[in-house]
Amino acid sequence: MAMHPKRKKKLILVLLMLTGVGLIVGLVLYALSQNINLFFPPSDIAQGKAPYEKRIRAGGMVREGSVVRSPDSLLVTFVLTDYAHDVTVSYEGILPDLFREGQGIVAQGKLQPNGVFVADEVLAKHDENYMPPEVTDAINQANDMGEKAGAVYK
Amino acid sequence: MSWFDNWHLPKWFYQMASPKWFYDFGARLQPWFAGLALILISWGLVWGLLYAPADYQQGNSFRIIYVHVPAAILGQSLFLFMAVAGAIGLIWKIKVAFMVARSATLVGASFTALALITGAVWGKPTWGTYWVWDARLTSTLILLFLYTGVMALNQAIPDRSVAGRATAILAIIGSINIPIIKYSVDWWNTLHQPSTFTLTSKPSMPPEMYIPLLLMVIGCYCFCAWLIMQRTRNEILDQERQSSWVARYLED
Amino acid sequence: MYFTSFEQFINMNGHGFYVWLSYACFALLVVTNIWVAQQRHRRLRKQIKSRLGRSAKV
Repeated sequence: MAMHPKRKKKLILVLLMLTGVGLIVGLVLYALSQNINLFFPPSDIAQGKAPYEKRIRAGGMVREGSVVRSPDSLLVTFVLTDYAHDVTVSYEGILPDLFREGQGIVAQGKLQPNGVFVADEVLAKHDENYMPPEVTDAINQANDMGEKAGAVYK
Repeated sequence: MSWFDNWHLPKWFYQMASPKWFYDFGARLQPWFAGLALILISWGLVWGLLYAPADYQQGNSFRIIYVHVPAAILGQSLFLFMAVAGAIGLIWKIKVAFMVARSATLVGASFTALALITGAVWGKPTWGTYWVWDARLTSTLILLFLYTGVMALNQAIPDRSVAGRATAILAIIGSINIPIIKYSVDWWNTLHQPSTFTLTSKPSMPPEMYIPLLLMVIGCYCFCAWLIMQRTRNEILDQERQSSWVARYLED
Repeated sequence: MYFTSFEQFINMNGHGFYVWLSYACFALLVVTNIWVAQQRHRRLRKQIKSRLGRSAKV
């Protein structure tokens, strides 16, 4: 027997809602199972809170002057820091445009038993401060001037 | 308890409950909101696209902020608005309040979708990925699903007053997600940066970048006011088509 | 004005695709929302009017 079109429509809608609710619950559980925090800061890794040999994310700042690029491949190593603890990260691949020393990043990969984090993906994290380039130039210049001025008085 | 018995809501609150009064009120206010929205949005767009400086790190992809932030703010505000309108409908049994809530749903859903799309498009050049399952992005996706849930519930129940009550309850429960979205960047570590745009602290960018953003946000609020009024008036026409005032209005 | 040429404005230092895609989505949202609301308004008016016309004849 054919179904009443109105009831059929209702049934489809109820099914759609059920899948919707299921999807929400699924996503929530997925997010929870992965831990709501996206990454481990270097302090957690140093304290042994992060598992070894498991795909995890590590996040922090790239320490100034720590980036070493291999001359003949895309291999890069740098130190990830939260200014309390450090983790050495090695990564082979193309870095995002915003990857810079002193800049925040989130790396995905595995922590080796020797304490080195081998990343297969590096994402740039930026802060909420936006500035025109002239302003940063001016700030840097002011800092340089300040240093020079300081040198004179020393 | 005499103060409670003598406690009165302002007159306009009860007037708003009359569909005819709301229909006229909306017609009078709409041109103002349309005009304001047009001026503010075009001013904000021209300023943001042509005159605002590029960011020192992100370059010109920073300009996406002028559509992404208003979209995210509106998506969240309209969900709260929908819940409040639904609650008013539940408590005072006001039909017009349910119509307003129903009219806001698709508008809020489309702004939430826009926030997710522009966020993904912005994420690619800055973060290096379109999507990541961090708390901010996941809770915003859940907001979009909550909106679709409300819309589906509205469609599934033919009786408008039952649908109004059911969706109001869903919207009120779903509002829990709004503070989760807002504070997700503070409570958990995320790839998404903390808010640029807050009412309590000073903006984290210079005025030549900040003012166009402010213009866009206020302009989008005005646009939504216009749109929700138009949609509510449509809803009133639809549900009040039997009343004599509708016949009188449409005869001339 | 931030840009010095029209090509620069379109290209946005290589970010043109992302920027213009975002703004296009915004424009699409605004235009479709207005269109849907006004289309429904016109349709409702027409429906109610034709029904009123019919009942007037009876």
